[in-house]
Amino acid sequence: MASKTKKAQFDVKKQFEAVAEQFQTLQVLNEEGEIVNEAAMPDLSDEQLQELMRRMVYTRILDQRSISLNRQGRLGFYAPTAGQEASQLASQFALEKEDFILLGYRDVPQLIWHGLPLSQAFLFSRGHFKGNQIPEGVNVISPQIIIGAQIIQAAGVALGMKKNGAKSVAITYTGDGGASQGDFYEGLNFAGAFKAPAIFVVQNNRFAISTPVEKQSAAQTIAQKAVAAGIPGIQVDGMDPLAVYAAVKDARERAINGEGPTLIETLTYRYGPHTMAGDDPTRYRTSDLDNEWEQKDPLVRFRKFLEKKGLWSEELENATIDQAKDDIKEAIKIADETPKQKVTDLMEIMYEDMPYHLKEQYEIYKEKESK
Amino acid sequence: MAQMTMIQAITDALRTELRNDEKVLMFGEDIGVNGGVFRATEGLQKEFGEDRVFDTPLAESGIGGLAIGLALTGYRPVPEIQFFGFVFEVMDSIAGQMARMRYRSGGRYNAPITVRSPFGGGVHTPELHSDALEGLMAQSPGLKVVVPSTPYDAKGLLISSIRDNDPVIFLEHLKLYRAFRQEVPEEEYTIEIGKADVKREGTDLSIITYGAMVHESLKAAEELEKEGHSVEVVDLRTIQPLDIEAIIASVEKTGRAIVVQEAQKQAGVGAQVVAEINDRAILSLEAPVLRVAAPDTIYPFSQAEGVWLPNFKDIIETAKKVLNF
Ligand SMILES: Cc1ncc(C[n+]2csc(CCOP(=O)(O)OP(=O)(O)O)c2C)c(N)n1
Ligand SMILES: [Mg+2]
Repeated sequence: MASKTKKAQFDVKKQFEAVAEQFQTLQVLNEEGEIVNEAAMPDLSDEQLQELMRRMVYTRILDQRSISLNRQGRLGFYAPTAGQEASQLASQFALEKEDFILLGYRDVPQLIWHGLPLSQAFLFSRGHFKGNQIPEGVNVISPQIIIGAQIIQAAGVALGMKKNGAKSVAITYTGDGGASQGDFYEGLNFAGAFKAPAIFVVQNNRFAISTPVEKQSAAQTIAQKAVAAGIPGIQVDGMDPLAVYAAVKDARERAINGEGPTLIETLTYRYGPHTMAGDDPTRYRTSDLDNEWEQKDPLVRFRKFLEKKGLWSEELENATIDQAKDDIKEAIKIADETPKQKVTDLMEIMYEDMPYHLKEQYEIYKEKESK
Repeated sequence: MAQMTMIQAITDALRTELRNDEKVLMFGEDIGVNGGVFRATEGLQKEFGEDRVFDTPLAESGIGGLAIGLALTGYRPVPEIQFFGFVFEVMDSIAGQMARMRYRSGGRYNAPITVRSPFGGGVHTPELHSDALEGLMAQSPGLKVVVPSTPYDAKGLLISSIRDNDPVIFLEHLKLYRAFRQEVPEEEYTIEIGKADVKREGTDLSIITYGAMVHESLKAAEELEKEGHSVEVVDLRTIQPLDIEAIIASVEKTGRAIVVQEAQKQAGVGAQVVAEINDRAILSLEAPVLRVAAPDTIYPFSQAEGVWLPNFKDIIETAKKVLNF
């Protein structure tokens, strides 16, 4: 005999409503370039505001040039960044040089603004190990290819910093797809358990290649996943540089004050294809959706905001564009002049001491590659 | 018959089994609307519906675990791992769980799962997209490991793999996906797992190989023919279990053999083949059995892969050592 269903012991609907209420999107600057949340307005000087704009314009140009260089066969693997400038650059802008960044293939701009020479970013794209040889003093590791692997490593870097008594943080970036990996949950949980000074940024650009974020999870937001790890989580308008900056700055302060990690979800969009290796967004996205997101463009709204304050002009914009183009030319030249990578170079970086078989193979490939 | 590329033959095999067996399910990252990043599942979601062909959240260990669970409830899962370099994320599900399903349940349960995945070098991918990791699979008792080298073989072997009641790792060389077309019957047919195929007959030397190296070996054999050497090319097609009879028959005929693999040399499939030949046919040998393989580094950053990957010239060089021994 079927037993009678008892009344539910807790109110599921109420629970969901409470979560939804907790995870509203933080916005500071709206699409019209107006401040809509004075209280959350970060404390940035005029020069800093200009610098942030300069970086966004520069990076947009870098993206356009990278795409055309890829099409000409002068760059290799490339994942377009246009649309994500506020998420990528305003978050990095809130960091200090001693903070350590761990991220994925799309997030090369943060590496560049944290100190990676542009020529190395190009070598990375071309599949040359020199692109991954991070200069001394630049606290980053080359982009992770395995989705999510960097997230748990960030918890480790953060714990190391804490043990060293350093007043710095580890910041890691992934996407809406990456937030489905086990490593994501493990990273949040470990950092929470160790109260490690980490910041987890999820750039939710609505798609993981072709898969819409709605298919990644039944959760309404990615930010709310922080709750299960017992750490703070916040969702921000990822097309709003001021909101992104404010959220990261806040998380950083908590982290260095010993209050542990934070999860930040930025709502954003990639205008281009997933990568330049044959992805066709028209297979899985509508142009209506593209248009809807392009209306939210971070550069457009920030430009409006700065122009009203007299902090941005066509001259500044053009000077930035010219600077970017010159730097790109110069960096490509350096990349072109870098000696071709050899198999023997790779053998040399396999171990501290080469085992016997590699030594034998080294001689064979030295001979081969000298021809 | 139709002319098909390997990718078309694979799609055809998948469609065939979706039609034949309603318990067959396909899932993975971007395999639905997008048809997979290489279009292996192109049109299948449309034809069979999202219940049978679906996208998963981005998590390889999730995909592996889901496959096991679905197998336990009577389904015949055909999950896709988008690139085999990501196998480390699902290693426990594959080697730690599905490989042991029959064993640890005393034969009560089995795992009729076919894990499909592209692998292989030569197309300038980022890290961990090209690695030949079949050796890791071949070293895990409980798994079968299939690596086709032609469109015809791919279709017949994939149908057999899906129908197999044990877990099969089906590795698709991404350089072969669209490399050439071949006559492939439109109707269904199977090729037995564990059966090699002599792709070229010869009497002086056996080249035992699989995957993309079959084609480098055939090229080497042609060159060697010009110099008067009759070379046989044995395509293993399945690397676990090996077709011992075919390997030994060829070696007994030619008396000389080399083994060619794309993967690094250390502890590889090639070493296993050499050991089997030494165990079973040493008295037929006129020369030691040598290997051609990639050097023992991590798969190279793409700029160096042209030199790193074994090619027909390397094969000729080693073949001559054995022929002239
Ligand atoms: C472990 C692993 N699985 C799959 C892939 C293939 N892959 C590369 S990017 C990507 C989608 C990632 O989406 P998301 O995390 O949303 O980041 P986005 O590309 O949108 O920035 C996939 C599936 C990979 N690189 N690593
Ligand atoms: Mg995404």
